[in-house]
Amino acid sequence: MHPLLNFAHDVLPFTKNWPDWILYGSLVFIVAFGILNTLVAPLTGISTYIERRLAGRAQYRWGPNRVGFRSMLDALPITRGIAKLGDMQPFKFIGSKIPGGLLQFAADGLKLFTKEDIIPAQADQLLFRGAPYVILAGSFAAFAVLPVSFHFRAVNLNIGIFYILGISSIVVPGILMAGWGSANKWALLGGMRAAAQIISYEIPVAIALMTAVMLAGTMNMADIVETQRSGYGMEKAGMLGWYAFRYGGLMLVPFVIYFIGGCAEVNRTPFDLVEGESELVAGYHTEYSGFRWSFFFMAEYSNMFAVGAIATTMFLGGPLPPYPVQFTESLFGPMGNLGMVLRFGEGFFWFFAKSYFFVLLMIHMRWTLPRYRIDQMMHLCWKVLIPIGLVWFVLMCGVKMVRMEMALPPEKDAVAEVHK
Amino acid sequence: MIAILGIKLGDPAAWVFLAFAAVTCASALVVAASRNIIYSAYALLLTFFGVAGLYAFLDADFIAAAQLLVYVGGILVLILFGVMLTHKIREIKLSNETTNPIVGAAIAGFVFLALAYVSLYTNWDVVDRPASPTTGEIGKAFVGKYLLPFEASSVLLLGALIGAAYLARRDKEKA
Amino acid sequence: MPVANLEWFLLIGAFLFATGVFTILTRKNAVSVLMGVELVLNSANINLVAFSRFVKAPPTLGPTSIEFPLQGEAAHHVYGAAWIGGNVFAAFVIILAAAEAAVALAIILGIYRNLGDVDVDEVTAMKG
Repeated sequence: MHPLLNFAHDVLPFTKNWPDWILYGSLVFIVAFGILNTLVAPLTGISTYIERRLAGRAQYRWGPNRVGFRSMLDALPITRGIAKLGDMQPFKFIGSKIPGGLLQFAADGLKLFTKEDIIPAQADQLLFRGAPYVILAGSFAAFAVLPVSFHFRAVNLNIGIFYILGISSIVVPGILMAGWGSANKWALLGGMRAAAQIISYEIPVAIALMTAVMLAGTMNMADIVETQRSGYGMEKAGMLGWYAFRYGGLMLVPFVIYFIGGCAEVNRTPFDLVEGESELVAGYHTEYSGFRWSFFFMAEYSNMFAVGAIATTMFLGGPLPPYPVQFTESLFGPMGNLGMVLRFGEGFFWFFAKSYFFVLLMIHMRWTLPRYRIDQMMHLCWKVLIPIGLVWFVLMCGVKMVRMEMALPPEKDAVAEVHK
Repeated sequence: MIAILGIKLGDPAAWVFLAFAAVTCASALVVAASRNIIYSAYALLLTFFGVAGLYAFLDADFIAAAQLLVYVGGILVLILFGVMLTHKIREIKLSNETTNPIVGAAIAGFVFLALAYVSLYTNWDVVDRPASPTTGEIGKAFVGKYLLPFEASSVLLLGALIGAAYLARRDKEKA
Repeated sequence: MPVANLEWFLLIGAFLFATGVFTILTRKNAVSVLMGVELVLNSANINLVAFSRFVKAPPTLGPTSIEFPLQGEAAHHVYGAAWIGGNVFAAFVIILAAAEAAVALAIILGIYRNLGDVDVDEVTAMKG
């Protein structure tokens, strides 16, 4: 029984006769709402902030790295002395650590709030207004099953990764909704490009993820994390047990395929031809402005984080730390409840550190790589990634079969985990 | 406690179920009756979503996710492409003509009444079975008892892939 | 047991089937006809999954010429439980629907390219 379910049973006694599925569904609603406002929105904000700062550096734009508390302090005559103090040798360390660019981020949000909400006269009102919600719902619903820390996730679905693949496919009709509803040929072209790109790249992404699922023997995200604890004959192997580094690095290939496909699925550079400025103005959200536009923006950043989080869970051990866990277990174990909290925080930290590593990587790629042409993009998907992914899937099947025949440790453990 | 066909209206889950059923049926009506074909297509999105919810109520988790993945992510996108590629962008308000709606409604109504009669007046051999995860069982069935249909469907998919690519290809001589 | 009885699901399935039949019969646009076909397939799937969940599975699902060497608990473990039959069938229907939609869209695009319209009443010639 899931602790969240028990909690729900305690607080609301009438839920005791509900089937688990329904209770899960309602909890998805409640928890997703909570997560949306307390977790996902800040996550999106942090990604935006990082992107603004890195873009500022890449473009030699100073503002996004400067507009912040430092300059505020500098501007006021009274506090100039304090700022000077910050620049003095003993305090320089502290002064330079005040994050710059925080006000740029706030100003961006304020600007989006106050912008006029324009709906083109020829647009299809219903589709135009509905599209941002559909896209946002599709990208946020995936967060429900992410194992954010040990034994901590919104719902424990036994089809976790399959659920993510299914629910995030709602984004594609949403994009077509925006493209068609705008009554703009650039928007329509961008929307159709985006849809073609996303459903094409869903195939290599699914194949790469299924390779990891096949090795784990389960689609439950938390169980996939648990199977990555051990490896190379060790019960607690640290980062050697992660699927990306197991089997002598053979799984690095599906991992890279997943990451490339994930970048394409969230329409990031080098695959951002759906919003290629030189060809399509801004793609399917050309006609959107103000807060409606920022919904697309939020969906993109939350999708980036989701891609990073799925890569983390499936290939990099999720909340598992890169060192063997017995170190921290022996350290935090005797501390009782505090130790529990510390271990929870440890998993939380590693999960977000790894996920944000991917977000950072995607931002760096955006500001360093040129854009693909559409035929190159389709070539990469259908003629490179899918064949390699399929061959690697069969290869890993063979590896797993051989190791199961020989009863080598990780597979033995995995088999025991699944059939227990 | 009021019970209609086993639905207990005191149970909040029953209301969730009724909401899903209502969404499914209402959006199916919109698919059949809307004058705008793009609204029909998006109503179909709601129908698929509602049917996925009904699968969830039937404890068929794998089929529910597959419904979302294949119907919403694949077939609906194909239908939307079909609508968008066969209409001009300037006809943004698309008409969707119907012929003989009265005859059609009569036939559909007859079909519905016949099916409803069968479903309500048949003595189904219902068994009280606890819910259990289906994914593993479906996997075993695919590579065990239903191996031959499974392989045949993979050949079918390959044939559909090649056939669709061949049909959609522009003729070199004509173009 | 699920919150609703088998009859509920059968009635919803019947309703979807009727709306699908209505769509197929009355629409002139080929894409709309395709939508009707999808409704019909969905209604069939609801029935299959509902029967799989509620109705007692027969000892063997029909006569089969394939011999299964394992029996009893081992057979259940290897070949899958008998009650899963409806779900497996629904999965096959989904596979079929995907293939059918892809080919149907290709045909519709071909019709559009040749006739400039997708009105099913005007497609009267067998040759393109």
